[in-house]
Amino acid sequence: MEKLLNLTLKVWRQDGPKAKGAFETYKLNGISPDSSFLEMMDILNDQLINEHKDPIAFDHDCREGICGTCSMYINGHPHGPDSGITTCQLHMRSFKDGETITVEPWRSAAFPIIKDLMVDRSAFDKIIQAGGYISVNTGGIPDGNAIPISKWHADEAMDAASCIGCGACVATCKNGSAMLFVAAKVSQLSLLPQGKIEASQRAKKMLSKMDELGFGNCTNTGACEAECPKNISITHIARLNREFIGAKFID
Amino acid sequence: MAKKENIFDKAKDTVSKKTDVIKDKAEDLVEDVQEVVEDVKKNTEKDKATKVADKVKGTDSKVSETVKSSAKQVASEVKNGGKTITPKDAKIPEGPLADKWTNYKNQQKLVNPANKRRLDVIVVGTGLAGASAAASLAEMGFNVLNFCIQDSPRRAHSIAAQGGINAAKNYPNDGDSVYRLFYDTIKGGDYRAREANVYRLAEVSNSIIDQCVAQGVPFAREYGGLLDNRSFGGAQVSRTFYARGQTGQQLLLGAYSALSRQVGKGAVKLYTRYDMLDVVIVEGRARGIIARNLVTGKVERFFAHAVVVGTGGYGNAFFLSTNAMGSNGSAALQMYKKGAYFANPAFAQIHPTCIPVHGKFQSKLTLMSESLRNDGRIWVPKKKEDAEAIRARKLKPTDIKEEDRDYYLERRYPAFGNLVPRDVASRAAKERCDAGFGVGSTGLAVYLDFSDAINRLGKDVVEARYGNLFQMYEKIVDDNPYETPMMIYPAIHYTMGGMWVDYELMTNIPGLFCIGEANFSDHGANRLGASALMQGLADGYFVLPYTIQNYLADQIRVPRMSVDKEEFVEAEKAVNDKIQKIMNIQGKRSVDSIHKELGLIMWDFVGMGRTAEGLKTALDKIIAIRKEFWSNVYVPGKADSLNMELEKALRLADFIDIGELMARDALLREESCGGHFREEYQTPEGEALRNDEDFSYVACWKYTGEGNEPELIKEPLDYEFVERQQRNYKA
Repeated sequence: MEKLLNLTLKVWRQDGPKAKGAFETYKLNGISPDSSFLEMMDILNDQLINEHKDPIAFDHDCREGICGTCSMYINGHPHGPDSGITTCQLHMRSFKDGETITVEPWRSAAFPIIKDLMVDRSAFDKIIQAGGYISVNTGGIPDGNAIPISKWHADEAMDAASCIGCGACVATCKNGSAMLFVAAKVSQLSLLPQGKIEASQRAKKMLSKMDELGFGNCTNTGACEAECPKNISITHIARLNREFIGAKFID
Repeated sequence: MAKKENIFDKAKDTVSKKTDVIKDKAEDLVEDVQEVVEDVKKNTEKDKATKVADKVKGTDSKVSETVKSSAKQVASEVKNGGKTITPKDAKIPEGPLADKWTNYKNQQKLVNPANKRRLDVIVVGTGLAGASAAASLAEMGFNVLNFCIQDSPRRAHSIAAQGGINAAKNYPNDGDSVYRLFYDTIKGGDYRAREANVYRLAEVSNSIIDQCVAQGVPFAREYGGLLDNRSFGGAQVSRTFYARGQTGQQLLLGAYSALSRQVGKGAVKLYTRYDMLDVVIVEGRARGIIARNLVTGKVERFFAHAVVVGTGGYGNAFFLSTNAMGSNGSAALQMYKKGAYFANPAFAQIHPTCIPVHGKFQSKLTLMSESLRNDGRIWVPKKKEDAEAIRARKLKPTDIKEEDRDYYLERRYPAFGNLVPRDVASRAAKERCDAGFGVGSTGLAVYLDFSDAINRLGKDVVEARYGNLFQMYEKIVDDNPYETPMMIYPAIHYTMGGMWVDYELMTNIPGLFCIGEANFSDHGANRLGASALMQGLADGYFVLPYTIQNYLADQIRVPRMSVDKEEFVEAEKAVNDKIQKIMNIQGKRSVDSIHKELGLIMWDFVGMGRTAEGLKTALDKIIAIRKEFWSNVYVPGKADSLNMELEKALRLADFIDIGELMARDALLREESCGGHFREEYQTPEGEALRNDEDFSYVACWKYTGEGNEPELIKEPLDYEFVERQQRNYKA
């Protein structure tokens, strides 16, 4: 039997987007190192409910690192100290007994707080709606093998496509930029012959939407790449810039 | 007893009346034929005679067909002692299997572009089925309102599917065809699905791959640039397309991008963080929904000419499942309570390769893709003392010599080996663990070993194929699967049962459609791997956009209704009353604590091995839990604000009712088929023993009011094209 952990949690509590927020401190004892971070939060909430207090609101869904819903800023890192994972995959064995853990929401002007640790990331959807797609309708499509795609291009596109839209890149960026998110989509689609046709226009539309929604600009600090749970590389930002410059030439 | 006799007399009476009618009809027709034959005899002109003879032939076959089908229905009604659903009720098109869908499309009604603009369609859910349907309908010109409970449509649970999607492309030239995909699916479902629906699914499967490639889904490719395939359980061909270990995510992002394009154009109005809490029926037709804004807590009314529900499965009734935390069966249960039939609720799939349960605090189970069974070999120790030593942590799996390992799937099923269908693999694991050969600290785990594959292919190849899955496993279990075998155990994963729908994917309530996992239609008693993604996208891209027009064509004159109409106001009031009732209980127990209790009952009695006695116990216990919930649950906070405990409580209330339906259905079905295993009905070798004589039907449950037993309505499954066999994966 592994040793159970006794922890102190400092959690950001905020009633609504315009309410004033503050850290609240909670003591939590007897946490198994095998439990996940979110299971630890469940236990804390269960404790709060039993005390007839308001449980902490946080977003979560699949709890296997793929849906991109969970979003906690833990000890100064989006998705916590471990690398290449989301909050739901973080396990308590990454923490020491007696440790104080600070939990905050994603902080960015473009992601207003809904309540406590829950933020509104619909700005990401709006960027995709502005052009993050290939303009095809359902049906009347040529055979899937009609255009061969080199394995390298397919794999590189897959690397970019593995973005889960969680927003960690924005949360960690000192400028609050969504460049890695936008770049991943632009890069994925421009690497494929099907998406190449609209590549420049897509880059332009998505970037202008990004600016409009209050995200900052990219100054190449690379924090986004370091904190991305899917290890998406900033080389995709270079590809985005190439497409964007291409759009300028066309204009 | 008297009541029973009364019903029996009535049935007898109906039968004799109907039989008389048929007899009379048949006699009339025979007389007609005889007259014609006389005519022929009298006629001397040769060509005239041939023409008449042809006519006679036609009449003759018509006579026998009419008599046969009427007799069949009467016979099935007598046998089943109640209402049945006929192929005609299910709108199965005429003609040979391969022509049915084409025939349907040729004859169905369509809506012209000008009229499409005047019609509103509500789509609930943004998973593969919901997003693809919403996007496709909007592209065609309908006004679409699309709802989801998540903060973004991209987060629907389809995203978690890992392994792949089936299609009958036959790119590897290994003998695949539409028929073979159809046949494997019917057989994999243990002959409890409708032939016509499954054939259509196989038929449209190829278009799905083309569609997704066009959307920019980065499927895995060979060095030559063409699409790569892998094999999956229940098939002897390689027909599974995949995008690393994230196929569901990539397909969903494809559908999401198509949906986003329509949102950007204003053709789809998107409602995120909205929970559907009821369907509104006006004059017998579905005309809208009641949904709660999860951020403000406000309950709102929405109108549409038709409602499409694609809200996934109800596996979370078990509390611990591979479903996402938010996945729920509430939309389905509300439809059921409004009169839509719930079909085969007992058919739930237990997935064989999940990470075993490790503690009481556990919130969900994690699936390891079935694709791992392509290269992983499943085993437990041959000797009980080795298993005991492993459980006591005195031995490591790598200490067990090759000859002391029992690769039980390869031993029992030489033809399919580790790639037997999911239900078979799950039961085999349970059998070994129940017999005392299980590993892990609880003894409820088996090994999935990659050492052979690593030796044969090299670590790099294994990493390229399964890297993200291995990483996920290591993060959860803190064990390196490249070095020690993975531990796996079955868990609830998917529900084949769901809302009854006809061939058009419409429930028995006109205007209410149900797509994807939420309906019952294509997987029978067991779903094959990589077929869920196929079905979701088939329904949303290529089936519903056609079939819904056949309904909407008659609705073009119906003006948009005000949501102040009585039916909407009443439905909203009922929802608010229910919410207030829950808020007012102010009991002592958290929602999760009651949900966990329900989950344990479901797993113990309605899980992998079911018995009549156990199911009766489950029914009693579920009724007690319902009472506990409605008298002792505690929901903090307010109803008119963001309140996640209230969301969970509303869902749990419905899971309790679903759990009861599942147990009831499992008790009724005195046979073993697919994922439904009744311990009383098995072959001497421990395989599922199906009973086609008595249970070859879809069990549809009709709600009859609070506290009443639901009414059973059967849809007999007559297999016209496939000969049913005992499933055999041994040879």
